[in-house]
Order: sequence, then structure tokens, then C-alpha cells
Amino acid sequence: MNLFLQGILWVLDPAHYGGVDGIDTRVGQHLLISLGVLVVSSIIAIPLGYVIGHTGRGRSLAIGASGAIRALPTLGLLIIIALIVNVGLLAPFIALVVLAIPSILAGAYSGFEAVDRRAIDAARAVGMTEFQIVGRVEIPLGLPLLIGGLRTASLQVIATATLADYVGGGGLGHFIFAGVKTNDYPQMLAGSIIVILLAIASEVLFSSVQRLVIPAGVTAGRPQDIRVKSPRSRTALG
Amino acid sequence: MTWLLNNGELIGQLIVAHLLISLPPIILSFVISVPIGWVANRYRWSRGTLLTVLGLLYAIPSLPLFIILPLIIGTGLRDSINLVVALTLYGIALMVRTTADGLASVDPGIRQSATAVGFSVRSQFFRVELPLAGPVLLAGMRVVAVSTISLTTVGAVIGVDSLGALFTDGFQRGIAAEILTGIVLTIIIALSVDGLLVLLGRVLMPWVAVNSGRLARRELRRARGAVIA
Amino acid sequence: MIEFRNVTKQFPDGTLAVEDFSLVLPSRKTTVLVGSSGSGKTTLLRMINRMVDPSSGSIEIDGEDTSRLEPVALRRRIGYVMQNSGLLPHLKVIDNVATVPILNHVPKKQAREDALRLLDTVGLDSALADKYPSQLSGGQQQRVGVARGLAADPNILLMDEPFGAVDPIVRAELQTELIRLQRELDKTVVFVTHDIDEAFLLGDQVVILEKGGRIAQVGSPTEILAAPANEFVATFVGADKGKRALSIRNTPTGDILVDAEGRPAGVLVGETDVVAR
Repeated sequence: MNLFLQGILWVLDPAHYGGVDGIDTRVGQHLLISLGVLVVSSIIAIPLGYVIGHTGRGRSLAIGASGAIRALPTLGLLIIIALIVNVGLLAPFIALVVLAIPSILAGAYSGFEAVDRRAIDAARAVGMTEFQIVGRVEIPLGLPLLIGGLRTASLQVIATATLADYVGGGGLGHFIFAGVKTNDYPQMLAGSIIVILLAIASEVLFSSVQRLVIPAGVTAGRPQDIRVKSPRSRTALG
Repeated sequence: MTWLLNNGELIGQLIVAHLLISLPPIILSFVISVPIGWVANRYRWSRGTLLTVLGLLYAIPSLPLFIILPLIIGTGLRDSINLVVALTLYGIALMVRTTADGLASVDPGIRQSATAVGFSVRSQFFRVELPLAGPVLLAGMRVVAVSTISLTTVGAVIGVDSLGALFTDGFQRGIAAEILTGIVLTIIIALSVDGLLVLLGRVLMPWVAVNSGRLARRELRRARGAVIA
Repeated sequence: MIEFRNVTKQFPDGTLAVEDFSLVLPSRKTTVLVGSSGSGKTTLLRMINRMVDPSSGSIEIDGEDTSRLEPVALRRRIGYVMQNSGLLPHLKVIDNVATVPILNHVPKKQAREDALRLLDTVGLDSALADKYPSQLSGGQQQRVGVARGLAADPNILLMDEPFGAVDPIVRAELQTELIRLQRELDKTVVFVTHDIDEAFLLGDQVVILEKGGRIAQVGSPTEILAAPANEFVATFVGADKGKRALSIRNTPTGDILVDAEGRPAGVLVGETDVVAR
């Protein structure tokens, strides 16, 4: 526990702030990478997931691909891309996008699938166009599960972004790898503690957003049942 | 390809090391989770607490956990035991919820009729509830197995040998073939264990047609009927 | 007037739901399609607003072939009420009712005012307007479903077993309400049910269907009861035995009607004397 205390003191030490390797700089990098990855993978995965969810086509393909990606070791993926595109930010960025897409995709299409078929049937029967069904029925009702997918993806990305610095991509992994290299345990611990805090912050943030976006009518009348099952699956978290 | 042929022995050693780290957590997480999941399902008060704690545990990224864990359990940073414990914790975090959900999915009518025909609490659990929750447990174990095998490679960055060592070594020496070998072997092991689990499921739960949801449900209903009879 | 002309529907999986079906459904009357499951009654209903397109044959509404009409526009001018209401769970009752007018670009304020009036028409308290569907009882939800079906003031109202999922007491209430509404609104109603009592209660024209949409008999309830076309119809309506084959029995305390099993089923009133003596 003494070491643990040293780790915390390392985090609090003002000397470790400012400059290229300052905690503040590294936290900023880590968050920026994670956010960028989430945005890019959302742009790819959400429309694709909506098409799958609305048409019901390509679902087994998506499930199969997600399963395959779960088996894919992220560290290996990251390193092989780094070897191809050179060290820096690009390799971890691509690897993280690949990692994040299945969760967001699953959130998007399972959100649509969770919508009561009869509500969609009725919407079509009263004369909604397919676009209106997507926009006015499926998207709002599927939102909690989509956020659930984003929540899983965010956790995975924040965790795995720790590996980015292994190939020179920056972020909080720096403290861990620098610590491992010099046997500086407090520094390793400091990096670990901050990453854990970020991961928990992401969970807290997304779980509250998730609660906020549940359409009012869905919980009204049965307030005891607000637990939303998110399609959580742990892919190789770094 | 030449790299692969020249390093057969190293690869063999790493495969063994990889299995020694990843198989125990897969088995342990099942053995440990079933009783905890039973408690979580049986006693309402414990469910919320247990699931919240495990949810938080699950949120801890693996590399930081590998680093902090030695402080708590007193192992060395580069001990493979350290990884085994960390991976078991993740497995438990996932499997307890799955077990609780699986047991909760057993039709209460079945449970009552089992009690009514005279099953003891103990035999009812092993002969009625556990088998009926089986398909859900199997699905959970498949996720645990594949992620554990994949996650094991991360240990390489702190110096625990597994197939992940092919990544770090290949990176330092710039050998793409070495890294690719590591990736492919990890996937092969993951898919093999996954396949074994599916097979095991078929042997243990012959009434469930794996990979066929509708049929599985229908068969499940028939099996439930048989249990009642 | 709705007219089916030699309509056949075969689904992609090979099921022949409807075969060579022809029928005229008169305007401003209630036509009830009644049959067991597999009789193709829902398929027939859903072909009217092109939720299902026929494999061959045509359907005309007031002389216009529906296959030439744009499905979405067609559906917006036909009311549709389904089992389990089909209300959108994330919209308040009033917005559910106003769905179609808003899709038709009626200003939101006016659409909501109209919706409020419609709630009153179907016998719902305006206090329910701001509730969500999940906060209503099954019977209330069905009333909202009817209000939504009427919101665009359609000439035609399609009803697919609308009262199938509510308990018998509420069902009787809703049936009475529908009869009242029909008297007031004078729509062309096409109603699907598997309940022969409901069919006789609501239908001006009753169509009894056998497997594959084959018409066993078409007629008013009186015509069908008085002269069942064949044994199938007689059995289906219960005119051969069961509760509609009644006979008079003299008892010490007066004459009563009994069914085929000899169970008391009712008493004779009105013309009793003439008939009984």
C-alpha cells in the first residue's frame, strides 16, 4: 500500500504537470484520441447499423464480424498497422476505430430491433414513409441501446488508447511504458490510476446519458423497469 | 514464412505459455461465478450490490489492472499468476451477471412445478435450473473465452510471455511475419476454444440446437415439458 | 365502395393466403370478414391500404385501382385500427392521435385541437391527452387507436381484430361504442374478427371465410342465420347445434328457450304469445 500511496503522490506532484510529458498534456491527448475515434467510428457504424436494423439484412454478417473482431488481439493489430503506416497517431487511431465499430454497430441495430414490431407496423399502416418510420419511431425508441453501444465503445477505446503510446501515439500509456522501462513503479501506478479514473468517468457519464434518453413514454406507467440492457461485450481492452 | 519455420520452437513455447495463462481464468470464472450468480438471483438485496461492484471491476482497463493487482495480491509484476488473477476477475465480472440473468430466465412455472413434484433445493438447482439456464451460460462463456485469450497478449508489454511476445518482439525488430504469426495463432486458439465450448454445449445440452435460435427455443420448451413430466 | 376483383395473394414462402377472391364492400356500411386463423382475413384487409400487394387481381376504391395509387398517400386517407392498438410508446396520447394530420402538414396546434375533440368522440376524458400509452388500460388504448384511425377524417376505416386483446366486459363496451360511432360518422368500415358473435353484432354485411380466403357465405346476419349456405357455415355460426339452435320448452313457471344441449338460453318476449301458442 505504501507503493500505492507513492503512485497517488506521483499524480499530485506539481512537477509532473506542464510540458510534453505533463499529466495534463497526456490526459488531453488521451481524451482527444478517444473522442476522435468515437466520432469517426460513429460516423461509420451508426448509419450502417441503422440500415441493418431497419431492413434486417446483413445482421448475421455483422454478428459474425463482431465475433471475429473480439478474437482479434488489439495489441497485435495496433503494432502491425504501426509497422505499415509508421509510428505515430495514425496506427492506434485505425486500430481503435476497428475496435469501436462492432459495439456501436450492435447498439444501433439492436436498438432498432428492440422496437415493438407492432408499433412499426402501425406507423406504416397510418401512412408514414420509410424515412419517417426511421426518424420518428425507430431512432427515438432505439436511442437508449445506441447510447449503450457507445458506452461500451467508449470504455474500450479509453482503455485501449493506453496502448497507443507503445507505438508513439501519445496518451496516458506513456507513464506506464516509461515506468516499465525504468522500473519506476510509482509512475506506472500513476498512469494506471488516471486511466482507471477516466474509464469510470466515461461509465458514469454514459450511464446518466442513457437514463436521460429513454423516451418518456417507455418508462411511464412502469417506473420500476428503467434498466436498459446494453449489448456489452468485452473485446480486447488494452 | 521462413521466420515461422526457423522459430518453431519459440512459437511452441509461447503457445504453451499462452494456454497456461488463459485457460485457468476461463475455467475459474465459470466455477466461481455460478454460486455468486445463484446468490445474486436468489437474494434480491445482493443483486444490485454485486452487479454494481462487478460492473465497476469490469470498467477497469486491463493494463492498469495488471499493474495495480500485484500491490493487492503480493505477486511480482511479471508473474503470470498476476495475469491469471486479473483475467479471472474479468471473467467473473461478466459471468456473474450472465448467470443471474440466465437463472432469472428460467420460467417460474417450471421452478414451482419442480418444487411441487418434490425436488430438493439442491437437486432442483443442478437438475432443473442450471440445465435450463445452460444456453445463456454457454453464450456468456464463449464471450469470456474469446476475450480472455485475446486479452492475454496485452501482458507482453509488461514482460509476461504469451503469444503477445511475438508482437512486442516483432515490433522492436521490425518483423511483420512475426506479428502476423502472433495474430493468426491467437485467433486460431480463440476460435478453437470457442468451438470446443459449442461442442461441449451440444454434448451437455443435446436438447438445444446450437446456432438455431427458434429451434433452440422450441426444443427448450419441449425439454421443459419433459422436466415437468 | 371497395371492390376486390379476382384477387390472389401468394406469399414468398409459398403460402397461398387468398385465392381468386372477389367481393364488393358497399359504402357507409360495416363489412365484417370473419374466419379462423389461416382464412386470409387479415391479408385481405391489409391489401386495401396496400400494406400487402396482391399477386394478381385488382382492388378498386370508388372505381380507382389502388395499384395506381401511391401507398403512403393511400394509407393516410384510410383509417387503420389494429389489435394491441399499435400506438407509438414514446408519444403522448394526443400526439399519437394527431400523427396522421401532422404527417399531412396540418399545423401542430390545430392537429392537437382536433385530436382533443376526437378523444371526446371516442369517449375518452381529455385529462388522458397528456398521458403515455403505457399509462392507459387496454380498453383505453384501443379507444385511442380508434381516435387515431379517425384523425384524418377518412372515408374508410380498417379494423384488424381491434377488440381481440381486451377482456369480455371491456370488449362489449367498445363494441357498443363502435356501433354508436358508426351511426354518427357513417364511414365505410371493414372489420376483421374470428368471433362470430362480434361479426353478427357489428356487421351490415358479414363475409364468412374458409381456408385460403374462400367465401363460404356473404349476407346480412339475418340471411346467414336463416339460411346457412352449407354445413361449414351452419357449424361456424352455431345454427346446427350449440347456442344458436334454440327451441322452446314449456316449464311449470313459463316458457323458455333452450339450446341444443337443453341448457336454458333465454326467454321469448314481444311476439312470444304468437309464436308459443
